[in-house]
Amino acid sequence: MAVMTYREALNEALREEMERDPDVFLMGEEVAEYDGAYKVSKGLLEEFGEQRIVDSPISELGFTGLGVGAAMAGLRPVIEFMTFNFAFLAIDQVINSAAKMYYMSEGQFPMPIVFRGPTGAALQLSAQHSQACETYYSHAPGCKVVTPGTPADAKGLLKAAIRDNDPVAFMEGESLYNFKGEVPDDDDFVIPLGVADLKHEGGDVSIITHGKMIHVALQAAQKLEKDGIHADVLDLRTIRPLDMDAILETVKKTNRAVYLEEGWPYAGTGAQIVSMIQEEAFDHLDAPIIRVTQADVPMPYAKNLEILAKPSANHVIEAVNKVLYR
Amino acid sequence: MAETKTKAKKSSRKKSDALAEHGISEELALELMRDMLLYRRFEEKAEEGYAIGKIGGFCHLHIGQEAGAAGSIKPLRDDDYVMSAYREHTQALAKGVHPNAVMAELYGRKDGSSGGKGGSMHIFDADCRFMGGHGIVGGQVPLATGIAWKIKYRGEETVSLVFMGDAAVNQGGFHEALNMAAVWNLPAIYVVENNEYGMGTAFSRVSRTDMSTKAVPYGIPSHTVDGQDVLACYAFFRDLADKVRHGAGPQFVDLQTYRFRGHSMSDPVSGTYRSVEEVRQAKEERDPIALLRDTLMEAGVLDQETLEEMDAEARQVSLDAADFAEASPPPGPEALYANVWAEINPNGRLFFDGRPESEEAS
Repeated sequence: MAVMTYREALNEALREEMERDPDVFLMGEEVAEYDGAYKVSKGLLEEFGEQRIVDSPISELGFTGLGVGAAMAGLRPVIEFMTFNFAFLAIDQVINSAAKMYYMSEGQFPMPIVFRGPTGAALQLSAQHSQACETYYSHAPGCKVVTPGTPADAKGLLKAAIRDNDPVAFMEGESLYNFKGEVPDDDDFVIPLGVADLKHEGGDVSIITHGKMIHVALQAAQKLEKDGIHADVLDLRTIRPLDMDAILETVKKTNRAVYLEEGWPYAGTGAQIVSMIQEEAFDHLDAPIIRVTQADVPMPYAKNLEILAKPSANHVIEAVNKVLYR
Repeated sequence: MAETKTKAKKSSRKKSDALAEHGISEELALELMRDMLLYRRFEEKAEEGYAIGKIGGFCHLHIGQEAGAAGSIKPLRDDDYVMSAYREHTQALAKGVHPNAVMAELYGRKDGSSGGKGGSMHIFDADCRFMGGHGIVGGQVPLATGIAWKIKYRGEETVSLVFMGDAAVNQGGFHEALNMAAVWNLPAIYVVENNEYGMGTAFSRVSRTDMSTKAVPYGIPSHTVDGQDVLACYAFFRDLADKVRHGAGPQFVDLQTYRFRGHSMSDPVSGTYRSVEEVRQAKEERDPIALLRDTLMEAGVLDQETLEEMDAEARQVSLDAADFAEASPPPGPEALYANVWAEINPNGRLFFDGRPESEEAS
């Protein structure tokens, strides 16, 4: 095991996949000469040259569509969004072109493309730069959604995403890039899409979550331990495909669940998961499932208000207490 | 339809010189005539299919614009790429997609070019390098730029030619794509089929500048071509494609044409936005098939009998296509879940509607 940052893990995954397959290229704003707005692509220009590490103009719709066209013609593009906040300009090309191309051409044009970049809030970036975007993508059949929360998951899942033959929205955590963790040394460490990971084992209650919220969930689980409550923390890792077996397993074990996500509640990922649990494990539930989300407001700038808006370990603990009727 | 019999306006230029001027052989000129007749008869058959309820949804006909399809696609190589918007039936035919497969797609049948799942707006044929069939105005322009990117990335000597309507140049994606194509010197040919109207809105009502200026800010050469003159189109695109495949970089073409039918099948021929007289005059003076007929007849390359034979053949191919489509079964229910995903991951769920089929779909 090597200890590295989330950023370094992503960088290694990109480097290894680009070495492995000459059809893989990285395009986005500031990815080449600037080394990436978050330095994820550091050193790659030097190693792979400007044909494969490509600085784009600030034209999200344009370079996203360019990537989709390149994928139609047989390349395997990795399109970087400086953040997914800016990807709203490009969502037509992701949903209308990438996600539907294989279906509307009856399988003639596979779409091996990765759209990656940070999603969610960092610190005091206010409304337009602080939002979790995964449900916009998971809504559409034809688009896979991956949300790694640790360096190991970031590396293993990015490699899987690049090798996958469908479009993948690969959503990183802006505040995770400096987060350190152990990453297996294997030459070819790949984590298959669709496999959740039990990040903390308890048995009294299931906290189910994805992306950088796993750290909030783990913090809550540790505090709950002191109070004699043992929580399962299930990290979905990928939203689509979704490891429903793992969800059902933890819920059937604990009979109580909380869904934690960084995004807004309406039609959020949690809404989907809660619906499926009640449909498929109704008799195993001892309490209604509660969702913990961002406050249902645009993100405010003021520090105190931002803290109030974000889902926190305390919110999770409150929710756990409710489902335990404590 | 009467265009094989009507008289076209006399041109001042001596018509017999036209073939020599454009470097087009008599055989090729006759082939272009054959192609355009097929496109015309095919679209009329589609119109008929729509009228009797065999074709549903949106259906945008290319009648009046045939020279643009034949004149720009026929000079290309088989391994060149062509992409279009949603008025693309005849362009697919020009790129080699079989009329049966196109008509069956319009009918929503299993043997259609997209298995009946794309319809009129989404004709695809990977083998012919016909890259769709795209339904969002201007959405295909960045895609075709990506195909040009791949050509350059792999060092190939092909071109990516993309059609759009005149309204598409007001979309942001058009400008973003042209800028990137210029910056990276990509082998892309952007062809505006300028039929003067975006649906019912005249281009002059939504742009203060002329079409020929639209690519200028990006440093892309701009060309204006008479899209009703198939010989001029053919010669122009033959030379242009040759330059582009040898590094000339992206090109912009204002292909001036006119639509003889409504925007789609729900729009009457002239509609509320253009006069009956305007359409009548365009049909009389700018019918690409009549123009070529007159040129070839005056040059002694074509006689009435041969023309009628060619037309009968075009009608027969279109009729055969309709018969083929009619005989093709609708896609089976198993097709509903097929080809949503190119890769079904062994782990996790990809379908969320809870239907039993979803677990078995591949």
